[in-house]
Amino acid sequence: MFEYAPAPESRSVVTIAPSYGLFIDGEFGEAKDTFKTINPADEEVLSEVALAGPEDVDRAVAAARRAFEGWSTLPGSERAKYLFRIARIIQERSRELAVLESLDNGKPIKESRDVDLPLVAAHFFYYAGWADKLKYAGFGPDPRPLGVAGQVIPWNFPLMMLAWKIAPALATGNTVVLKPAETTPLSALFFADICRQAELPPGVVNIVTGAGDTGRYLVEHPDVNKVAFTGSTEVGRAIARSVAGTGKKLTLELGGKAANIVFDDAPIDQAVEGIVNGIFFNQGHVCCAGSRLLVQESIAEELLASLKRRMSTLRVGDPLDKNTDVGAINSAAQLARITELSEIGATEGAERWSPECPLPDRGFWFAPTIFTGVTQAHRIAREEIFGPVLSVLTFRTPAEAIEKANNTPYGLSAGVWSEKGSRILAVADKLRAGVVWANTFNKFDPTSPFGGYKESGYGREGGRHGLEAYLA
Amino acid sequence: MTATATSRLSGLPDSASDLRTFLHGLPGVDKVGVEARAAALGTRSVKTTAKAQAIDLAIRMVDLTTLEGADTPGKVRALSAKALRPDPSDPTCPPVAAVCVYPAMVPFAAEVLAGSGVHLASVATAFPSGQAPLDVKLADTRDAVAAGADEIDMVISRGAFLAGDYGKVFDEIVAVKEACGSAHLKVILETGELATYDNVRRASWLAMLAGADFIKTSTGKVPVAATLPVTLIMLEAVRDFRERHGRQVGVKPAGGIRTTKDAIKYLVMINETVGDDWLDPDWFRFGASSLLNDLLMQRTKLTTGHYAGPDYFTLD
Amino acid sequence: MPESSVRLSVRKTYKLYVGGKFPRSESGRTYLVDGDNVSLASRKDARDAVVAARAAQPKWAGATAYNRGQVLYRVAEMLEARRAEFKALGVKGSEVDAAVDRWVWYAGWSDKIAQVAGGANPVAGPFFNISAPEPTGVVAVVAPPSLIGLVSVIAPAVVTGNTVVVVAGNPQAAVTLAEVFATSDVPGGVVNVLTGHAAEIAPWLASHDDVNAIDLSGVDDGDLATELERAAAGTLKRVLRPSSAPDWTADPGVGPMTALLETKTVWHPKGF
Repeated sequence: MFEYAPAPESRSVVTIAPSYGLFIDGEFGEAKDTFKTINPADEEVLSEVALAGPEDVDRAVAAARRAFEGWSTLPGSERAKYLFRIARIIQERSRELAVLESLDNGKPIKESRDVDLPLVAAHFFYYAGWADKLKYAGFGPDPRPLGVAGQVIPWNFPLMMLAWKIAPALATGNTVVLKPAETTPLSALFFADICRQAELPPGVVNIVTGAGDTGRYLVEHPDVNKVAFTGSTEVGRAIARSVAGTGKKLTLELGGKAANIVFDDAPIDQAVEGIVNGIFFNQGHVCCAGSRLLVQESIAEELLASLKRRMSTLRVGDPLDKNTDVGAINSAAQLARITELSEIGATEGAERWSPECPLPDRGFWFAPTIFTGVTQAHRIAREEIFGPVLSVLTFRTPAEAIEKANNTPYGLSAGVWSEKGSRILAVADKLRAGVVWANTFNKFDPTSPFGGYKESGYGREGGRHGLEAYLA
Repeated sequence: MTATATSRLSGLPDSASDLRTFLHGLPGVDKVGVEARAAALGTRSVKTTAKAQAIDLAIRMVDLTTLEGADTPGKVRALSAKALRPDPSDPTCPPVAAVCVYPAMVPFAAEVLAGSGVHLASVATAFPSGQAPLDVKLADTRDAVAAGADEIDMVISRGAFLAGDYGKVFDEIVAVKEACGSAHLKVILETGELATYDNVRRASWLAMLAGADFIKTSTGKVPVAATLPVTLIMLEAVRDFRERHGRQVGVKPAGGIRTTKDAIKYLVMINETVGDDWLDPDWFRFGASSLLNDLLMQRTKLTTGHYAGPDYFTLD
Repeated sequence: MPESSVRLSVRKTYKLYVGGKFPRSESGRTYLVDGDNVSLASRKDARDAVVAARAAQPKWAGATAYNRGQVLYRVAEMLEARRAEFKALGVKGSEVDAAVDRWVWYAGWSDKIAQVAGGANPVAGPFFNISAPEPTGVVAVVAPPSLIGLVSVIAPAVVTGNTVVVVAGNPQAAVTLAEVFATSDVPGGVVNVLTGHAAEIAPWLASHDDVNAIDLSGVDDGDLATELERAAAGTLKRVLRPSSAPDWTADPGVGPMTALLETKTVWHPKGF
């Protein structure tokens, strides 16, 4: 047996301070309370971070408001150069940021290094170029920024979600107050340092760390003109309610329960890769994860055998090991939810399978898991698990596949695998989802609009479409 | 039971049209997907003990090759000597798997290799183009075997394959296999000329159905030789073929593999696609010449702890 | 029988328009509007209208854009033909003209909006990537009272392939417009018109799980608008908020259409 020796990425490229304050008006400052952020792979405390209260959020919003006048009237070409500068600094510091992201989030270094960070830099480059071309974007001859954007992001792609929020907001002349997720605040704080390195005017970007309450203060703040949220549908619903009647512009990127549909004429080996990538990428902590595999019954057995064989080669463990495929679950709470839903899956009669896979003693871990014999009535086929757990269902005809795929309140993404072009196009047409990956999965690009139908939210991030959320 | 039904049940096609139906019924290959997968496997980091193990295995898998018009008995003798003792300064260095030469050169290699356990492979069948009448190809094969080759690397008729004449390609392989007698048959698909991954998969199956002991990517004589995605498809083919027919077939990427880093990527690919059973010189070979010296240099770096230089390794 | 110099006119009964038919309210209720007894729609009428709209939606969205454009142009023709009737309802001739022109304008968008709102995305990789707009589905519309306002909220919704349930602001004008639809090849269920009180019906539409979007253009009560918006959050409906001073005669731009469109982005690898 060919065993790879451990190949850890060096931690020495990143220096994490023992504590971090809030980044308001270009300065780091203390808050009354703090909380600890840990490495989910070993439960060690990484740093102690300020917990922003209502008065801190007030100060941040006020700083953003003050900065708005200057920033929004700056020529677009000048705003562009700041964003280009930020993009470059991100590229220069990308290994440091990748290691940091893996430490705080638990994701494998090969993903933070090869997926997250390149996309983060690319996102800033893309929107930098829009800053002085907004009148050509199709939103009227004189599109105006909205003002102060309150942005709340999740823990699954901390820096990437920050980029998706901040880059278009700044390009369009808005100023921002961003709240990173409670369990992954560090890369946003490093980004604050990048803003300083780029000499971004104070107050244009403000980072307030904290938990759910901090986020609520921010989205409910009366002087916020725009709310952008990525996270769970439950919280999105609450935000939509709280924003009702205020006139704040709102975009939401919420949960999903994507169907990944494999037809009998699919390129099987690539489909297996797509299934694996669809649900085990980033430990399945992906809102657009292909968490429901819909496989044509005639090839189900063969496909599942291939899938199980492939899953047996997944390497679960130290996120900083360059050969790790599946890292740590982000938090104890998330692990508890995945565990609970998986137990429900088994109780409800679905057949559970995981490859043999030793898990570390400390930290939060969950072996890649599939459930076969799942029907639409099972909770694991309906509820977002947000973990490395795949529900396998079968179908007989294209119509049945489409019906099952759409039979969910969500509508974020979907996958289709077939070598027949006309089938791909017809199925893609009928899927009620904002992103359809045909013969591929989990692909992202700054130029490509991303966002959901139905309860997966509204608004698009990425591409020309992504500007609309920040323009009046 | 009819003959057709029998062959269907055994999975062997019994006519040209059946063959076509079968090959075109194989799952398609998505180019972008297979290339992404191959590239991802290429990012595995293999260090320290794993690397040492991989280098020795790779050396044992080398078909040390010279296929030049300028080949002479002296060159072939020297190469064969190197095959037996790749690193004369280090007795722990294993020999390579085989020496691979033109048929006319087989007797000179055989002199050196006799009784050593290092195999003697010869390209035959009007290598590299395959554009010769069948009887010439068969005579070529028989001569090489008679001169001492225990492995034959044949080329398929790419022209016939691309023209859709699968039956002709199939029959030629069957005939050459018969001419090989007890010698192992490696079937060179010349994937660079097949142009698409779908064709690589079909040609792999065609060769295996016709009796190939090994399927091999390339002659090394056309611009595109072995690549990771092509090898991945061939590995998937031998895996699926064994699943279906119970017979294991070997894989040999050849041409363009020059560095240890490249070789290790192939080993990782075997490890994660078909597993242990193919991590063996009996089932996987590298068709290469300059690769060996890079493997030796890396091996020396690991054993001595400092970087090696090319002047310290033989150029035969 | 003695001859009479004054002929007694035949009055119109103003009923609801649901699924291509003109039913009375299931509740049997009517209310008096400018001397006419108008059907007073109930929550169950709203429910039936949503069922009709949902049933009609896939086929309407699946019709070719060219075909939808033709049908909408036919609506403009029929609207023009009823000019006198709208005038008799008190709508100014210039407003009827504007409504017809607005409708024609939207009819022409049917096969152009996808090109304006969608397109190819130059992703950094070997992928074909295209974004195209699709209707969001069933749209509940609380319509403003003016004819031009009514037309300006219905047309952008249906030209993009949505089907609508309209809570009328001006019952007689809305029902008369419904008669235009009924005679214009608009498939039954594409436009459904409810007359009654927005405060009574709209909350049921705002909270209905099978409604995808709600247009609050005709809601002039701020508290009601907030209540509806909050109810709409239950299923994350797309919400078009009322503008404080809507100028229905101004160029609407593409905003009213794109607000009711979803963007679907499709990726496919490129390779031999």
